[in-house]
Amino acid sequence: MSAKIITVTSGKGGVGKTTAIASLGIALASLGEKVVCVDGDIGLRNLDVIMGLENRIVYDIVDVVEGRCRLRQAMIRDKRVPGLFLIPAAQTRDKNALSPSDMIRLGDELRPEVDWVLIDSPAGIERGFKNSIAAADRVLVLTNPEISAVRDADRVIGILEAEEKGSPELIINRVNYEMVQNGEMLSTEDVLDLLAIKLIGVVPEDKSVLVAANQGMPVSLDNDSRAGQAFRNIAMRLTGKEVPFMDLAEKDGFWDKFSKLAGGN
Amino acid sequence: MSLFKSVFNNEKKSAQSAKERLQLVLTHDRTDITPAQLEALKDELIEVISRHISIEPAAVNINVAREGREQRLVADIPLKVAQRRGK
Repeated sequence: MSAKIITVTSGKGGVGKTTAIASLGIALASLGEKVVCVDGDIGLRNLDVIMGLENRIVYDIVDVVEGRCRLRQAMIRDKRVPGLFLIPAAQTRDKNALSPSDMIRLGDELRPEVDWVLIDSPAGIERGFKNSIAAADRVLVLTNPEISAVRDADRVIGILEAEEKGSPELIINRVNYEMVQNGEMLSTEDVLDLLAIKLIGVVPEDKSVLVAANQGMPVSLDNDSRAGQAFRNIAMRLTGKEVPFMDLAEKDGFWDKFSKLAGGN
Repeated sequence: MSLFKSVFNNEKKSAQSAKERLQLVLTHDRTDITPAQLEALKDELIEVISRHISIEPAAVNINVAREGREQRLVADIPLKVAQRRGK
């Protein structure tokens, strides 16, 4: 095996990177791939709680890099899906505990172990971000259709281009179809026109994401969740399958229209 | 008047304002050119070009245009109608 290393980053915080990593990890593993999710946010660890694995942490990424444990000892197996692992961030150390060359070495150690390494980048454009992209083969920039998130995404894309990381791919998260229709939210086309990189996914705003986070169940495990479906689609695109982009209007589909006609709602 | 104003304002949706504001902000973020620098450049260009040909200084327009992720400096410099000598 020689894993593909994918980093999800955004510039701005709170746009959904950790949710994306957890959901893509579950979705790829469900396709039969072997996946390790790596939390790159040293000092602000969160991927563990989103994946619901916070009670099983013994060793973390800094322990691996500093040789206090073997790589496999720090890989927590997710029992819900075969072939899914988490390497948690260190919570008590500062972000300077790791360097980009540490990450490249860790990536090289992980490559023969799995098919995919998914790295959750911290917000910002400093050390933690540089660490997270150091080993990446592909970078996914995640943004919301929101003015500050798009601006920060553009900065990150500029830095990735300057560092010759190749052109990143874009995930637009938390799109509210109704607001886009009313001209109150930037549309997918608007964001694409502004950022001018390749689109790999559009994820609708979905209450089930918060519910899933509350329970430590990545949203892609929820078959009824539209955000979960969007992340499963992105996972398939990562593996090279052509999957059409989801029709965001679908929610306002037959039954909604029917119930509106019938005077409901 | 206020009714007219509110009707007029309603025509431009907030997403459109967001997009237009982002277009300007991203151009500045990407190029690091300030409006003041652009203005200074424009004045010097007018001066240099006017030494050679006659132009309409007030109609000169210098802008940074976006093309995908590339930025280019676009100068629109209208020429004055030539005054033929000896007529």
